Amino acid sequence: MSAVDLTGPADPADPADPAGPDGPITAPLARGRAYWALADCWNIVRRGLTHYRRQPVNIAWQLGFPILSVLLYGYVFGSAMRVPGGGDYKDFLMPGMFVMTMAFGFINTATIVVYDATKGVIDRFRSMPMAPSAVVSGRGVTDLVVACAELAILVLTALAMGWRPDGGWGFLAAFGLLLWLRFALIWLGVWLGLLVPNPEAAGGLFAVAFPLTMISSIFVAPQLMPDWLGWVAAWNPISSTAAATRELFGTPVGGGDSWVEQHALLMAGVWPLVLTAVFLPLAVRRFQRLSR
Amino acid sequence: MDEGHDKGDGPGRGGPVGDDDYAVRAEGLEKRYGDKRALDGFDLAVRKGTVHGLLGPNGAGKTTAVRILSTLVRPAGGRATVAGLDVARQAREVRARIGLTGQYAAVDEVLTGRQNLEMFGRLFHLGGRRARLRAAELLERFDLSDAADKGVGAYSGGMRRRLDLAASMILAPAVLFLDEPTTGLDPRSRGEVWDAVRALVADGTTVLLTTQYLEEADRLASRITVIDRGRAIADDTPDGLKNRIGGDRVEVVVAERADMPRVVKVVARVSDGEPEADESEARVHAPVTDRVAALTEVARTLQDEGIRVEDIGLRRPSLDDVFLHLTGHRTDVPRTKEAAA
Repeated sequence: MSAVDLTGPADPADPADPAGPDGPITAPLARGRAYWALADCWNIVRRGLTHYRRQPVNIAWQLGFPILSVLLYGYVFGSAMRVPGGGDYKDFLMPGMFVMTMAFGFINTATIVVYDATKGVIDRFRSMPMAPSAVVSGRGVTDLVVACAELAILVLTALAMGWRPDGGWGFLAAFGLLLWLRFALIWLGVWLGLLVPNPEAAGGLFAVAFPLTMISSIFVAPQLMPDWLGWVAAWNPISSTAAATRELFGTPVGGGDSWVEQHALLMAGVWPLVLTAVFLPLAVRRFQRLSR
Repeated sequence: MDEGHDKGDGPGRGGPVGDDDYAVRAEGLEKRYGDKRALDGFDLAVRKGTVHGLLGPNGAGKTTAVRILSTLVRPAGGRATVAGLDVARQAREVRARIGLTGQYAAVDEVLTGRQNLEMFGRLFHLGGRRARLRAAELLERFDLSDAADKGVGAYSGGMRRRLDLAASMILAPAVLFLDEPTTGLDPRSRGEVWDAVRALVADGTTVLLTTQYLEEADRLASRITVIDRGRAIADDTPDGLKNRIGGDRVEVVVAERADMPRVVKVVARVSDGEPEADESEARVHAPVTDRVAALTEVARTLQDEGIRVEDIGLRRPSLDDVFLHLTGHRTDVPRTKEAAA
């Protein structure tokens, strides 16, 4: 073993030298900080996407719940569900399912972060000369790419079930709002991932997330709930995204009269901004506290 | 093979030593976690090109020391330099000159071994082409070529640890920190890791190795710092340390307690110290220098004199013996009592 030269062939004058004219194989490239912040981020994204390529079943697990919910609510409960003010329950349900998938995404973020933290992978990254921001930014970009894939698959499922949204700019804007929500929840996920002690605890987040998602306008219009609960559901940030996307998909069914429901588009922009303003600093502080 | 390993002199004996001769220096490092003083004025000096053992029980502060020196944690007091750079103020520069292998094999379990090393290579800023070449080189070097394209999840503990070591070696760092690199490994994997560490040092890397095993420090390190409750309580060569605590012991358990005085006399003949007799366990033990000759001599004499024995053997000093000698307390028991008091 010790017979192998550790630094490898390093003679720049040697045409056979695989390291080439840039110097020894172990010499880092000289680039600016901004370059590395982007390049390191991209390398973390590549890692995240390679995970899905090597374990495609993971994306099936992540999609299993929303697809199953679409089928359950669409076919099993669908006939019993009514939309206040009339309208097709499918038009109410599908945007809700997209929002729910985005909302549950933070559990996925948290699970991967806590796994990396407990396995020492984050510590290894932090002991390396890479841009520290890339650990978090790479996670965020990966999650957004995955969210796009999830939305695409869910839309195809919905179309197969007879959902017929308006196309065009509204459709794209709806997707923008969904990704905007997912973006905001990345920071909640990173913060929780650095907060919980082990991957098992991250699994428990689902138990908290599930009721929080149900007390919203995802499956049932808040008007059909008891007054106080309807009020909570209407003010749930994900309700605004659900109502706004229903509007943008050209199927504004089940909207309520309260101020927050009347201003769904505005609030679908504001809520994720608020969530980011709260959880991004918390996540960054938690990350910096790792060196305490 | 460790006889052939250079166990150079410590500072003070090899003539005057300048600051440049040290790869790692720590002075008065302090760190608290809640009420617990993890480090309490910790000092360390590691000479370039050596393996330096940091020996201590769980909770002594070994990992905290390594985390400070590898820039993961900021010290609350004191200062430390690694490769001549201040770990607190020049963290980024330090990171380009160190490798770290922590207590867990910090590699990506989903990726293959090759994908891991290529990813870390790119994150060490080698660029794609050199990251690929370096990964292939290290896989070869750490005997992982055959498993290179298998997922790390299918690796054995030893393979994982070797991959972890390879990942720490991507930049051929000046200083490598190994935090309990063989904890939880079977003896064969442990031997593989030891071989890898020796090969690295032969190429000029300085290694700071933390361990709970005196044997491991003895095998690899040319100098050992013993740490207890966040302070360095001894700094010596492995031989010096063992001589302080009396080195190897020959140990006889007699069948009849009445024979114990005779056994003490027999053991005293081969020992260079005072034999100790433990009545309750019917055990007689004494320090010896030429361990095999002493054992043979004791066994033969006992047989000649017709003394029946239950057991006879050699015992190497353990970390517990070192601690008992240096601190007067054992490695685990008094700590919890004190915490309760």
